[in-house]
Amino acid sequence: MKSITRKKPLEELERELSGLDRIFIVGCGTCATMTKTGGREEVLDMKDHLQGQQDKVVTGWVVIPTACDDMTEAVLKENGKAIQAAECILVMACALGVHRAVEYYPQKPVIPALDTLFIGVEDSPGSFSEVCGQCGQCVLGETAGICPIVSCHKGLLNGPCGGTKDGKCEVDPDKDCAWTLIYERLKGQGRLDLMRKFHPPKNYQVVPRPKGIKIA
Amino acid sequence: MASRFKEALDSGKFVVTSEIGPPKGTNLEKMLHHIDLLKDKVDGLNVTDHQSSAMRFPSIGGCLAIKEKDGEPILQMTCRDRNRLALEAELLLAYTRGIRNVLCLTGDAVVVGDHKEAKGVFDLDSTQLLWTIRQMELGKDIGGNDLDGGVEFCAGAIVTPEQRPIEPQLMKFEKKVEQGAEFFQTQAIYDLDNLSKFMDYARRFPVKILAGIVLLSSARMAKYMNENVPGIFVPQDLIDELSKAPKGEAVNKGIEIAGRTIAILKKESLCDGVHIMAIGREEVVPQILEVAGLSAETMTH
Repeated sequence: MKSITRKKPLEELERELSGLDRIFIVGCGTCATMTKTGGREEVLDMKDHLQGQQDKVVTGWVVIPTACDDMTEAVLKENGKAIQAAECILVMACALGVHRAVEYYPQKPVIPALDTLFIGVEDSPGSFSEVCGQCGQCVLGETAGICPIVSCHKGLLNGPCGGTKDGKCEVDPDKDCAWTLIYERLKGQGRLDLMRKFHPPKNYQVVPRPKGIKIA
Repeated sequence: MASRFKEALDSGKFVVTSEIGPPKGTNLEKMLHHIDLLKDKVDGLNVTDHQSSAMRFPSIGGCLAIKEKDGEPILQMTCRDRNRLALEAELLLAYTRGIRNVLCLTGDAVVVGDHKEAKGVFDLDSTQLLWTIRQMELGKDIGGNDLDGGVEFCAGAIVTPEQRPIEPQLMKFEKKVEQGAEFFQTQAIYDLDNLSKFMDYARRFPVKILAGIVLLSSARMAKYMNENVPGIFVPQDLIDELSKAPKGEAVNKGIEIAGRTIAILKKESLCDGVHIMAIGREEVVPQILEVAGLSAETMTH
């Protein structure tokens, strides 16, 4: 499972950094490195960009091995001086990494340099897709391992809509119709009866937002 | 009391429905004119619900206008723009205002329409909306709470006999039947052999099937639909027929094709009726009925 990110447009970043001239940059050695949005190379490019085109001072930078885990605290501590010298922390990690930085530096502006798109997997090198919407009511056992919540544009539970054409989705002919895939796979498994089962309206409040859970 | 449309379905007659597209704006003149033009010539008039995800005057508003003119509305309801509370509430409103027929649709995706950044709702789907209606008819909302005054609807859905692969579509059709669909309007049908094959299957179920008739206005439109519209197949001989029509006569050829198709469907009892979609050319629906030999027949009321 990876958190898939995309770089924010430079104009948006410029806007968010206006008035913040001394910057500490945080990258992530896991997902954002894989998606080439916040690895070492991208962090150094950002440093050059900020110091060059945007006339900013980069007080320091670090690529945290996994920005969302507990190690982040130790790594940020090691860089405490450079962070103190900065007016803000620019995080080139997914929103989980942004939250970690906010947690340790609640007084300092933390600016995300990336947009977090979805939780997904790498299908083939450089190609990522969403596989789970964390809906709280997993139906993968009945849908041959293909999630209709995230793989069907409309999140339908009871089969394809009228917009499917030759196994493709009405919103984009390059996208597969999830329900055609589910049908073909269930057919191969000899379990098409599962597709005939009526699903009543889904519970969209399994864990109401703000979501949280305590393990006993 | 059964709706006039339901009575027509049950009477065994060849049922004819058509549809009205509400305006984008508050100028209702054209819509009201189309209602006047068609209300006494058909057994029911659908009002589209933000067709193709383009924001318009609401379906229920069009249905109320039909009721005011003593016509028989069929309320199209998609699940794209409203959650379950809003859908249930609209069913209550519809019932109190004498609207007794509902066509349950999932709805096109938001991104194909004219508000591309809107949130698509899809809290329910078409089968669950049918289920919801049947639950409400038992006197409860789908939260399980008692209703003070219930509802009763003739509920229908759509089916796309030309969809490929067809089996998932047929499984969904059966789910809709199980959840209480009484009638189906099909996606546009031009190949009558394909319709016959579908009807051989559909006759096993206790539902009425109205074949979708979409007016072909040119060979270009026919080709466009073949390439772009899911579940539509216009055979080459019809495209050739439209191509050969003299300049400016293609629409008349389309009217002839539509009328001729309806006449065959009726004569050979291929289905239980038709649903005519003129998509912006509602003016010509009476001509289509005339070519079909149905203009002498009036509504059942």
